[in-house]
Amino acid sequence: MIQKFRTGAFHSGMILLSLLWLAPVLWVVVMSTRTFDDIAAHGVGSLPHSFTLDTYRQAWTDGGELQALINSMLVTIPSVALSLALAAVGAFALSRYRIPGRRTILLLMLAGNLLPPQILLIPVQKFSELTGLYDTLWALIAVQVGFGLGFYTFVLHGFMRDLPGEIQEAATIDGAGPWQIFARVMLPLTRPALAALGALSFTWIFNDLLWAITVLRTDDRMPVTPALLALQGQFVSSWSVIAAGTVIAAVPTVAVFLRFQRHFVSGLAIGAVK
Amino acid sequence: MTDVSTKADTPRTTASDVAGTPRRRRRSARLSPLLAAFVLVPFAVESIWVFWPALQGFWFSLTRWDGQTPPQFIGVDNYVELVGDATFRGALINTVIWLVLFGGLSVVGGFGMALLLQRDRRGVGFYRAALFTPVVFSLVVTALVWRVFYQPDGVADSILRAIGLEHLIRPWLADPETALYAVILPALWRQIGYVMVLFLAGLKAIDPALHEAARMDGANAWQRLWHVTVPQLKGVNAVVLSVIVIDSLRSFDIVWSLTRGGPYHSSELLSTYMYSAAFQSLRLGYASAIAVVIFVLALAVILGYLVRAFREEA
Repeated sequence: MIQKFRTGAFHSGMILLSLLWLAPVLWVVVMSTRTFDDIAAHGVGSLPHSFTLDTYRQAWTDGGELQALINSMLVTIPSVALSLALAAVGAFALSRYRIPGRRTILLLMLAGNLLPPQILLIPVQKFSELTGLYDTLWALIAVQVGFGLGFYTFVLHGFMRDLPGEIQEAATIDGAGPWQIFARVMLPLTRPALAALGALSFTWIFNDLLWAITVLRTDDRMPVTPALLALQGQFVSSWSVIAAGTVIAAVPTVAVFLRFQRHFVSGLAIGAVK
Repeated sequence: MTDVSTKADTPRTTASDVAGTPRRRRRSARLSPLLAAFVLVPFAVESIWVFWPALQGFWFSLTRWDGQTPPQFIGVDNYVELVGDATFRGALINTVIWLVLFGGLSVVGGFGMALLLQRDRRGVGFYRAALFTPVVFSLVVTALVWRVFYQPDGVADSILRAIGLEHLIRPWLADPETALYAVILPALWRQIGYVMVLFLAGLKAIDPALHEAARMDGANAWQRLWHVTVPQLKGVNAVVLSVIVIDSLRSFDIVWSLTRGGPYHSSELLSTYMYSAAFQSLRLGYASAIAVVIFVLALAVILGYLVRAFREEA
């Protein structure tokens, strides 16, 4: 009897909390389908009295979200691919071979990722101006790769180190060089960790604001996160357009999360149980 | 691949530079150029975009610089100026408040939720997903979602009006009294799910036999929590602490999107003050000094994290 009551209390409490947690998101989704007049008349805090999808068209074309999404993808996909590729080869060499000073190198790389980005902002901006990369997507890709590398290398190193040594030895006996061992033996075994880091780094890079506004200036080169801030300035009181823009900006990361849910959560947990 | 697995149990032989082989390795080991490149290329990329800029950052903090003319060495003048700068002091205090409230509450909330949701039972998957959903949003998305909430005549005001607390209504983000706290709330909304996942992973790794043994010895739920669960989570606690402190000191996006540190610097953090000093006031030397202060504050945690990582690697 008491057990039943406790179960009931648990579920009603948690359902309430979950709804409360999701409410702000649902509110914005609903609001994105309201017309300008509806919001002007009833305020953003009222329930909807109208339905339109024109807000999405406005955010998509007039607000430049399409261009911003393209920019985001042009930055995010190469950044994720490049940083994971570099981290994987680095972690492979550091974890499977006796590279002199390997522990120091690894920790130095991890330390770089733990630095507060503030200390890097001004030098990175000046350096990108110096190299002519300032205000190009190249600069953003470069800094995302450079800054993320340390953490990815560290995580992949931990993963590769724990793989059994016999496999590698057997391959060596068969005459496989480091490259074959890496590409044919280690990389396939590292796939779960790569998937986890891929899902995580996709959201991190896609969601970034600070690096983008540090190395980019021109509006139509901005990725979606900073563009959303600009949209807010452009459509000051068109709350439903801003809401539509917000939904558009959130869809890619939500999609990645839903698709790679298990990897995503295990990626976050990698550091926790180690 | 198939070829490899069949030979997996042949005795170890001449794999001279494979890590983990017990045989002593000749000091003159020929490191293949490919392996050297595997290490050097990532290290060089990080050096160019992280290590070198970081060193420059320290140097810039000792200069006066507007970004146009060359930097001028002025010694520790920037740091002396920081001491007397009321805005800096306010930002420092706000950063500490942020650390305590944002950090403390997300640990309490995340740990509590992890405890409640650790057992796999019906519905738990949904509850976890609900709490975790905000983690995948960018902080700018989070900010815009909550802006609707705080807007005059927005959701917060509607709720207060509905329950008869109209006198509490105020411009939440524009009132210096409330701006900082109005920014912390959305940040917490997003962080609690994240911390919860970290603790869930840690709780899962605890051997259930420990709880069973404690129960046999007559420990009640509270005692088991304090004497079994919490000590067993030592590793996770260290990670969460590092993540929280580093995240707090880095927090920028949410404040920048909601208030830009205003009104009257009332929600200014060191990170936002640094950004506006650098890219709006164009005082690059002074901003670098603020960045160095952020670095020093983060240093203890970074070192702690590295020592832990180092021990594991050993």
